[in-house]
Amino acid sequence: MEITGAQAVIAALEHQGVEVMFGHPGGAILPAYDPILDSPIRHVLARHEQGAGHMAEGYAQATGRVGVAIATSGPGGTNLVTALADAHMDSVPIVAITGQVPTGAVGGDAFQEADLTGITMPITKHNEMIRDPDRIAAAVAEAFHIAATGRPGPVLLDVPKDVLNATTTFAPPERLHLPGYKPTVRGHSKMVREAAQEILGARRPVIYAGGGIVKSGAHEELLRLAELADLPVVTTLMARGAFPDSHPLCLGMPGMHGHWTAITAMQRSDLLITLGARFDDRVTGNLAQFAPGARVIHVDIDPAEIGKNREPDVPIVGDCRVVIEQIFGHLQAALADRDKPDLRPWWAQLDAWREEHPLRVDQQPDGPLKPQTAIRAIGERLAGTGIVVSGVGQHQMWASQHIRYERPRSWINSGGLGTMGFCVPAAIGAKVGCPDQTVVAIDGDGSFQMTLQELATARTENIPVIFCVINNGTLGMVRQWQELFYNQRFSQVDLTYDCPDLVKLADAYGCVGLRCERGEDVASTLDKAFAVGEAPVLVDFRVARDEKVFPMVPAGGSNDDIIESAQQWYAKAAAGAEGEAGEPGGAALPSDMREGDAV
Amino acid sequence: MSTHTLSVLVEDRPGVLARVAGLFSRRGFNIHSLAVGPTEVAGVSRMTITVDAATQSLEQVTKQLNKLIHVLKIVELSDAASVERELAMIKVSATGGHRSEIIEIADVFRAKIVDVDADSLTIEVTGAPEKLAAIERLLAPYGIRELVRSGMIAVGRGAKSITEGRWTRLERTA
Repeated sequence: MEITGAQAVIAALEHQGVEVMFGHPGGAILPAYDPILDSPIRHVLARHEQGAGHMAEGYAQATGRVGVAIATSGPGGTNLVTALADAHMDSVPIVAITGQVPTGAVGGDAFQEADLTGITMPITKHNEMIRDPDRIAAAVAEAFHIAATGRPGPVLLDVPKDVLNATTTFAPPERLHLPGYKPTVRGHSKMVREAAQEILGARRPVIYAGGGIVKSGAHEELLRLAELADLPVVTTLMARGAFPDSHPLCLGMPGMHGHWTAITAMQRSDLLITLGARFDDRVTGNLAQFAPGARVIHVDIDPAEIGKNREPDVPIVGDCRVVIEQIFGHLQAALADRDKPDLRPWWAQLDAWREEHPLRVDQQPDGPLKPQTAIRAIGERLAGTGIVVSGVGQHQMWASQHIRYERPRSWINSGGLGTMGFCVPAAIGAKVGCPDQTVVAIDGDGSFQMTLQELATARTENIPVIFCVINNGTLGMVRQWQELFYNQRFSQVDLTYDCPDLVKLADAYGCVGLRCERGEDVASTLDKAFAVGEAPVLVDFRVARDEKVFPMVPAGGSNDDIIESAQQWYAKAAAGAEGEAGEPGGAALPSDMREGDAV
Repeated sequence: MSTHTLSVLVEDRPGVLARVAGLFSRRGFNIHSLAVGPTEVAGVSRMTITVDAATQSLEQVTKQLNKLIHVLKIVELSDAASVERELAMIKVSATGGHRSEIIEIADVFRAKIVDVDADSLTIEVTGAPEKLAAIERLLAPYGIRELVRSGMIAVGRGAKSITEGRWTRLERTA
């Protein structure tokens, strides 16, 4: 049957089982918006293409399915760029479809023309401009296959308007022709055997679990492996919930703002069992001083991650779920003839550390509301159910630290790129994908203002997310760095608490607006917010401005130098200043702490 | 740092050169020379890329290259186990008495005179990069007006072919 290219695009999406796409129409993509009217695929109209991109990401992260975003040429596509870069860094499977000016006009600086395949080349797993309407079926099938398999990631398909308008037919391809693409799934058996031997010989092992556990659906395998040999587990920012926080083997999150024991366990470890993690600088701190005594097993489906930052002793390329099962099999067979390695001294040490170094929040009963108090209360309310989506900044770190995550995909955030503005649209996408789950967005007032217009999307499309803004009236993380590293010279961080007035803003958008300013009101506010159910809710938690995220390892510093409180920081700074008496200005910090200042 | 020669087999698709070149520059590598052309397999092109890099960082860029969907295979060719050739065309000032000297130099290098003019000779020379450097050095005193080099191409010694291998058969059910 003869159809248009636009109809073929929609038919190809239907064939992939797409149930929803997030987008914004415009000139060049117009032909594709007409058949949407006749398609069972739901279209969620975002108010900005960046929002559409993050919605697709939130949907993908919550469901494990491929998220779809659609936008027009030129600015439509460039507005998607941030979301594509975000998905690329965090390995989120999304397919973006953009309109393009007609083939004959390409390269001629036509109205709303931008070289989208060129612009997105470094931030997509793959992209293609579809120049032939007969290629639409194959291109869409390949895009979904590439986005979802191997190390997942974003794929962009750029479709010129004349290709959308051309006549073609649609037949789903029987075979994909991708001769240059074949991810390795099974681990090399010799390396797997070696990994099992390493685990049996280790005295201070730590499982360093990353986002790959979530992507590969390896959480059950991880649990079995850890329990088989009493292995302690740390879960990175991308892996929160991949191993239950309530489990006695869980040490929490490593990294710059991680749990003290998780960080220190890695530093003192003699074996890092690295599963789907990538030795990111926010985890390792100063790489040369990271886990100096540890041998390293590194399992990753992306060969380029192996040895990129830390040279492993046992490199294994493969899918986490499959490789963990392989290691488990070897370990179980070995343990039939011998005792488990005796990790009691290691656990005695870990337990002592956990006892000595808990997370601290000093909420005074009649003092100002601390952000951690509000976030803890949200976590207690959810009690391991629902999905938490965060923005980027202090609130993100507190939400990761203070809430217990028990299931994979119950924590969604922008880890690698650190995209402020991620929260509101990603939470909307998550709720669309999981309508039966409570979705709580925990955002900062700075991050929130980057994409708040998507409240309109939540309201008009009836997507009842509970948006909680941890409002400290400032760009908190930047302010924290300016306080600690720039002698409290606060530059361009003041947002004010009441511009915009979030309750009035909620009202303007037809959402339920609530405000909470005191610790004693947190519970009753959350009662009201959780009781609404049908409509989006926006809660303005007005919290203390000066609260800082601790523990903290200063950027570029060694993970041995964890600072647990502001008092400890200033004591250390004072001691450092004394040692350098006579220096002009008495700078308290070594200059290398200022390196890599990206917040 | 040392110079490495990579043979990269790619699908002949629009933009594949930009993808490969972009990846090198993005990761901080400077491409010395790059030559692209078709192979004996329809739809497959071969790039020969020479690049200065420490071995470890070259391994990282090779792995990243392998992740490009249109890259089929990458082989690093060592000097000893491969034949390397490059073609240069050199337009030399050739007035009066120098003309015969220049022709003699060309003969020594088994180079060809491919264009003659009242004031110039254009010489075509093929060889390993060192040979090209040598003739360039000898011709420089006469005045080189224009120099163009094709970029190096290389092929492994022996019967084995890099286009043999799994990738040619790889297809999967959709």
